[in-house]
Amino acid sequence: MLTLYARRRLINAIGLGISALAMLFGLLWLGWILWTLLANGLPQLSMAVLTQMTPPPNSAGGLLNAIAGSLMMTFLAALIGTPIGILAGTYLAEFGQRGWLAPTTRFINDVLLSAPSIVIGLFIYEMYVIKIGHFSGWAGALALSILVIPIVIRTTENMLRLVPNTLREAAAALGAPQWKVINLVTLRAARAGIITGVLLAVARISGETAPLLFTSLNNQFWSSDMNQPMANLPVVIFQFAMSPYQDWQSLAWAGALLITFSVLSLNIMARVLFRQKSTTY
Amino acid sequence: MPTFLREVHMKRHNLLDILFRNVTRLSAFAVLMLLVAIIVSLIIGSLPSIKTFGFRFLTSAEWNPVTDEFGALVPIVGTLVTSAIALLIAIPVSFGIALFLTELSPRWLRRPLGIAIELLAGIPSIIYGMWGLFVFAPLFADYVQPWLIEKLGPLPIFGPLFQGIPMGIGVLTAGIILAIMVIPFIASVMRDVFEVVPTLLKESAYGLGATTWEVMWHVVLPYTKIGVAGGIMLGLGRALGETMAVTFVIGNAHKLSASLLMPGNSISSALANEFNEAVGELYTSALVELGLILFLITFIVLSLARYMLYMLTKREGSTT
Repeated sequence: MLTLYARRRLINAIGLGISALAMLFGLLWLGWILWTLLANGLPQLSMAVLTQMTPPPNSAGGLLNAIAGSLMMTFLAALIGTPIGILAGTYLAEFGQRGWLAPTTRFINDVLLSAPSIVIGLFIYEMYVIKIGHFSGWAGALALSILVIPIVIRTTENMLRLVPNTLREAAAALGAPQWKVINLVTLRAARAGIITGVLLAVARISGETAPLLFTSLNNQFWSSDMNQPMANLPVVIFQFAMSPYQDWQSLAWAGALLITFSVLSLNIMARVLFRQKSTTY
Repeated sequence: MPTFLREVHMKRHNLLDILFRNVTRLSAFAVLMLLVAIIVSLIIGSLPSIKTFGFRFLTSAEWNPVTDEFGALVPIVGTLVTSAIALLIAIPVSFGIALFLTELSPRWLRRPLGIAIELLAGIPSIIYGMWGLFVFAPLFADYVQPWLIEKLGPLPIFGPLFQGIPMGIGVLTAGIILAIMVIPFIASVMRDVFEVVPTLLKESAYGLGATTWEVMWHVVLPYTKIGVAGGIMLGLGRALGETMAVTFVIGNAHKLSASLLMPGNSISSALANEFNEAVGELYTSALVELGLILFLITFIVLSLARYMLYMLTKREGSTT
């Protein structure tokens, strides 16, 4: 028969032990997935992957057109989404003290932040692809930009709120009008944080597959025409991995390795950047 | 500066102020319009299907492109069941991770471990799918599923859930992969809300002689329960809408079966697999209606999640 004290200590030890196990459980998957990618992807990496086009089944080739397409669409999506996101985020942080618009937008934005990305693809298909009659790189970039906006809004607002009010007051006391205070003082003070948000958004969209399935689709050949269907890494990986051909599956692993490590390094870069800047204040 | 020049100067700045404010307001308004546009365009896209099937769409398990007869029951059930399995696994694990990160871990380890868990959330979902199909599913079929079928299959009530043949892919596999994907989301919300508990409160409990586990269970958890529930709902919203990982491993069979080991289908994987091959207005429209249903379900779940998290921050503001 355990005393009450001994029993409480035992429950505590068991609970904390399980908690440590849960931590290990989480790390196990991360390690296992990264290991799988390295083991399957590294042997497939070669110059050919970076210099040749996607091949027909059962022949050698590379991923050049897919990599280029992904880069173009991601870049354009960031270019469209970032200004809108920063402006809206500025409104929420600087002008949103009263009225219904700011709280409503904040709420809707938080919901859109984790809305299913496949529905965004469906939306662009209904709004844009049907109207122009074919899949295109522009449609892909548009779908991705809709995923960028909520992330940039959220980080911009958070970062602007971290800027001390005394900074705004000091600028206003010098006679600066509000647009100058925001543009030349507060946004500048929050710059590192906002860049972090953009980097995180780029990391998020560069791995997204679902919104591209119905918008940019895929293209087996080199194409820099944004009005045509456009090859991109995630959809190529999807198509090649699900295929029965050995060559395609190997290329899919190489692509998976490339995409995961670029996404993860973007993530780490964003965190390091923000940490450095935030400790200087 | 002469007075009249100063007035011109002031007017120009007033004008720029108004302009700037309205440009930012317009951008904020655009986000609202975006939501309205998504819902309206999906409704318009699914009109033919809504008109043809009405409410039957939600209750029919028939999915036959040849006879143009569509019902959403199988994908809806698949989406809900895989998400439920995911939460069943992810909630206790995430709680453990959050507890470890806030109370147990040495201070220098907290940041690297927190980043590692967040990296798990950064891995693109297509990678989870590939890994699930090529690495996890074969092992699962060889080592775990035969055991489940043998030990749990003959049981009276839960038995039918674990009968069948070990194929590796199926509803249960999809649920497990989803669990791994949502653990980082739930764990980081839980960690963040655990950190808002006032130190005074915890130290009072420790001072009375409570163990770490008791402080967690009787002080921290009751104080943060709204936030924890919000985190769980957030994870649920993610799980419901997740596409690529599920598409790889669920098996894509339009069939209802009692067993979790059998292939099934989810709303998102049906869309990913069939949308580009769909011919005919009704087929496309039925798929768009699936998308609409998915969007509405996740919208409700995510709204609840955000509401709960707001409640926590609001209460925190009023008590401190």
